[in-house]
Amino acid sequence: MAQIECRNLTLGYENVPVVSDLSFSVEKGNYLCIVGENGAGKSTLMKAILGLHKPISGQITRGDGLEKGSIGYLPQQTDIQKDFPASVGEIVLSGCQGGRGFRPFYTKLQKARARMCMEWLNIGGLSRSCYRNLSGGQQQRVLLARALAASGELLVMDEPFTGLDPLVTQEIYDLIRHINKLHEVTIIMVTHDMEGAIKNADHILHLGDSIFFGSVEEYLETEEGKAFASTEKGGDRR
Amino acid sequence: MNSGLSLAFEYLRIYPFVRYAVIVGVLVSLAASLLGVTLVLKRFSFIGDGLSHVAFGAISIATVMHFTSYVQFTLPVTIICAILILRTGRDSKINGDAVIAMLSVASLAVGYMVMNVFGASSNLSGDVCTTLFGSTSILTLSRTEVTSTVILATVVVGIFVLFYNKLFAVTFDEDFARASGTNTEAYNLLIAVVVAVVIVIAMDLVGSLLISALIIFPALSAMRMFNSFKSVTICSGVLAVISSLTGMLISIVAGTPVGATIVCTQIVMFAVSCAAGSTLRRGAA
Repeated sequence: MAQIECRNLTLGYENVPVVSDLSFSVEKGNYLCIVGENGAGKSTLMKAILGLHKPISGQITRGDGLEKGSIGYLPQQTDIQKDFPASVGEIVLSGCQGGRGFRPFYTKLQKARARMCMEWLNIGGLSRSCYRNLSGGQQQRVLLARALAASGELLVMDEPFTGLDPLVTQEIYDLIRHINKLHEVTIIMVTHDMEGAIKNADHILHLGDSIFFGSVEEYLETEEGKAFASTEKGGDRR
Repeated sequence: MNSGLSLAFEYLRIYPFVRYAVIVGVLVSLAASLLGVTLVLKRFSFIGDGLSHVAFGAISIATVMHFTSYVQFTLPVTIICAILILRTGRDSKINGDAVIAMLSVASLAVGYMVMNVFGASSNLSGDVCTTLFGSTSILTLSRTEVTSTVILATVVVGIFVLFYNKLFAVTFDEDFARASGTNTEAYNLLIAVVVAVVIVIAMDLVGSLLISALIIFPALSAMRMFNSFKSVTICSGVLAVISSLTGMLISIVAGTPVGATIVCTQIVMFAVSCAAGSTLRRGAA
């Protein structure tokens, strides 16, 4: 059974659809990139998967023991976080919140889990460091570790490379692939970076005038895939 | 200085009402400072300010209508306005800070108006001044008033401790918290209600114009010096206790107004924290 299955999904605001009649499914261990132009509904779809946005019609089914709360989310950084006094350890630990009901304090198991996630992302030594003093790449690792602490099943990422330089971007890509392959964590990523998506993901969901869902190889055969690939070669890189 | 201090302790020893005032003052500023950390970081500092003006309006109406205990009237009104402000902040035609500005000037105007037209007091400007800047009435608190304030303040501190981890998650990243199954709406509501409670119980101590000082100064001072949420929170609480104690002792001995003295102590404390913070950073670099 698929981890996430969307059937005839229509999403939008105040009954004006942004995405209509969308169907696709994500299996455990998949690495899916959601691409498309601005306003094509990428973020809306992501919010719907997270349960933060109610679809107009259609269904999103979660399978394989993926209850509410067991999706790890890597949001874009907010202004509030830029000068927030918090240690790395506190932030990663806060990922263990979901589904804890009314238990006010963390258990030993949750603390151990947070430590393990930090080790996975090579930030074990930063536990006591202050988040606001870290570099952009390190901050992203911290937020990634928090997402992992929330779920070892599925991570949803919202443009994780905004504001990072190419070298750090590559580092984070490697980390994500590592998590995906070694720990079999499913990845769903909203991104503008076509090149990176084609190189790293195994599935592509293209939103826009025409919707495409399939493997990367299939995508490169489509009109959109070819168009994107050629503009990338044309030197339109950021 | 030394004789001043011993004089203050003498007062504490002899007069029970001074003891009450000190207990109430310390507890109220502790509650306000803990909450302040969340409010400042969530960019909600102005909500405290706006709500304190609402409380002024409510208190004037309560005075004119001769309610025996104005808390019964002020508390619900302030809570309702707190919820209103938080709600409209998100999805409305008028944005959040405009709503706060509107509510606070409106309450000030209505409050003063009501007191002027219907007030029976011969000393109107004195009354208004007292509500705005706090009164010496903190020294005339009755036993029941002390008990109810102590209970409310303890409840606020208790809530903060119990929900500390949740509050951190909701403050640091609301979207993430929501995605991982935390009911962020409920926590925002909780914050609003608790802020309203703190403001109402702090009215007597520093008056409505100075309440936001109790909320923001300790948090801001602590944030200058510390780098983790836990240490900022603890430091904020400690600074609040120290500054309110110092402020009250000074005001008792020197005969200065309680609220203003406490706030002045906090201003000094903030300056010291800034200096300490930059020394610490230079030492670390």
